[in-house]
Formats: sequence, C-alpha cells, structure tokens
Amino acid sequence: MSLILEPWPWYVSGFLISVVMFVLLMMGDQFGVSSNLRTLCTMCGIGKKTTFFQFDWRAEKWNLLVALGMVIGGFIGANFLSSNVGVSISPTTVEQLQEIGITSSDSHFLPTELFETFTLKSIVILIVGGFLVGFGARYAGGCTSGHAISGLSNLQLPSLIAVIGFFIGGLVMIHLLFPLIF
Amino acid sequence: MKNSIYLSIGIFFGITMYKSEAASWFRIYEMFNFQAFHMYGIIGVAVVVGIIMVQLIKKFQLKSFYGVPITFNDKEKSVKRYLFGGIIFGLGWALAGACPGPMFTLVGAGFYSLLIVIASATFGTYVYGKIKNKLPH
Repeated sequence: MSLILEPWPWYVSGFLISVVMFVLLMMGDQFGVSSNLRTLCTMCGIGKKTTFFQFDWRAEKWNLLVALGMVIGGFIGANFLSSNVGVSISPTTVEQLQEIGITSSDSHFLPTELFETFTLKSIVILIVGGFLVGFGARYAGGCTSGHAISGLSNLQLPSLIAVIGFFIGGLVMIHLLFPLIF
Repeated sequence: MKNSIYLSIGIFFGITMYKSEAASWFRIYEMFNFQAFHMYGIIGVAVVVGIIMVQLIKKFQLKSFYGVPITFNDKEKSVKRYLFGGIIFGLGWALAGACPGPMFTLVGAGFYSLLIVIASATFGTYVYGKIKNKLPH
C-alpha cells in the first residue's frame, strides 16, 4: 500500500498511459482529450453559426465521460491515494523557482502563488495559459494525448511536428518569457 | 455498461495523471528546464509501449471489443498547422503548467482555479473555430 501512496515512478506511469490508449482503441475509439473542448463549445450552443462546431455532440459523449472520469480520478488520487502532497522536483528546480518567488513545491501539488492566492497577475496567467492551450490544441489538431501519445504511437509525422512545436513553445515560454513575467 | 467503461478509463487515467505528478505545474516547469528525467521517462515509455501495441494491433488485425476491425487514420499532411498550432499550445502548456487531461484531473483534486483554465481553453477552441479559415493550415 505504501508503494501506491508514494508518487508513481515514470516507468509505471508511462506504461499505464499506454494501457489507457490501448483500451480506448479496443473500445473502437481514439485517445485524445482536447477534442472535448470543441464538444463543450457545441453543447453550449455557442458555435451555432460556425461550421467547425456543427456536429452531433452526442457522438462524442464517450469522450466527455472519460473527462468526467478524470475529474473523479483526480479526487481519488488526491484524497485517498496520497500521503504527501508536495512534489519532489530536482533541487536545482526548487532553487530556481525560489528566485522567482515560488516556494510551495515541498508542501503543495501546484504552486499556491499561481493557483490559490489570486492576484490580477495570477488570474491573467491562468486565463492566457488556458486560452493558448485551447486555441493551439485545435489548431494543431490534438494535444499531448492526441499527438504525443496516440499520434507518435502510430508513427505519424504530423504528430512529431506538433510535438516539436509543443516543445518550441514551452521552451520559449520558460526561458524567454518567464523572466519577463516573473 | 459502455458508459461505465468510459468513466472507468477516465478514472484510471486521472489517478495515473495525479500519481505520476504529470498533472503538477512543477513537473512541467522542471521538464522544460531539462532538470529531471521524470516527464521524459513517462512520455517515452508511453510512446515506446504505444508503438508496440499499435504494431501488434495492425499485425494481428485485432478487432475491437465489439468485433469491429480497428483502423488507424493517417493525419492530414501539412507542416504549418502542426508547427504553429503546436507552438501556441506549448506556450500555454508551460504557462498554465497543464495540458487538457490534467486540467480535468486537477479540478477533481480540489484545485478549483483550474475551472478558469478550462473555461478559457474552451473559449480558445471557440475562437479557433471562428477564425480557422483565416489561418494558414
């Protein structure tokens, strides 16, 4: 039991993700979380005039159920399967974060400075970050699950290009833009 | 029955995202700083095992649980949409520290501020749908 309560090692976690992909394939579906955001748009009726959102969202209900399950999974993971909430990132990372005023990694799963203490800055960060993820995922036709896991597993060159893009964007944000933001 | 399978897959995936710490902003920051192998190990193992699984499905022409042959659609050939879309996604991934899967997991874990991120990501998807035809693909 204590093994479950500890953070899971990368080789176990990576394997379990591929199992998720496999079971969804066996269900006759494709693993990809971000298409749910498009389905949400259609469900809310905000895209009535746009062809991109004209489809029967009920056909995508299965994927919404997966997303709902992920919410429940997060609840179970955080409340019943964890003994310590801190994240043991490398000491170099901890030091580097301290320099930009983020000191909560040993006691919290997410930086409280961004996700719990609301300032104008932290709210703008959440809104802009979310917007870019939603916009970019649909522009690229998939996110980490659809491209990095499903697409690369099927040796798709477009997915490799998308994943390279993910990393260019991520590196630009952390190394060039973070010094301006924090 | 089918519904409960999808829900269970989601629960299993959500627990994995939380317990692997892949849903933690800290791990994403660490990954983009190349200061630990953790995230690379997770994605690497998932892809290597995934490639083997897909190859086996193709080789043995596996059928789904419902008896339908499993098919794979090749993604549309292009560079621009994947590169530009990917870069925009990456900027957001590093800033919010969460990709779409973990966003849902984190709400369940009690981080309700992620609802702001999900709402904003949904709005981003909406804006993409609106201006799609004006973007290079």
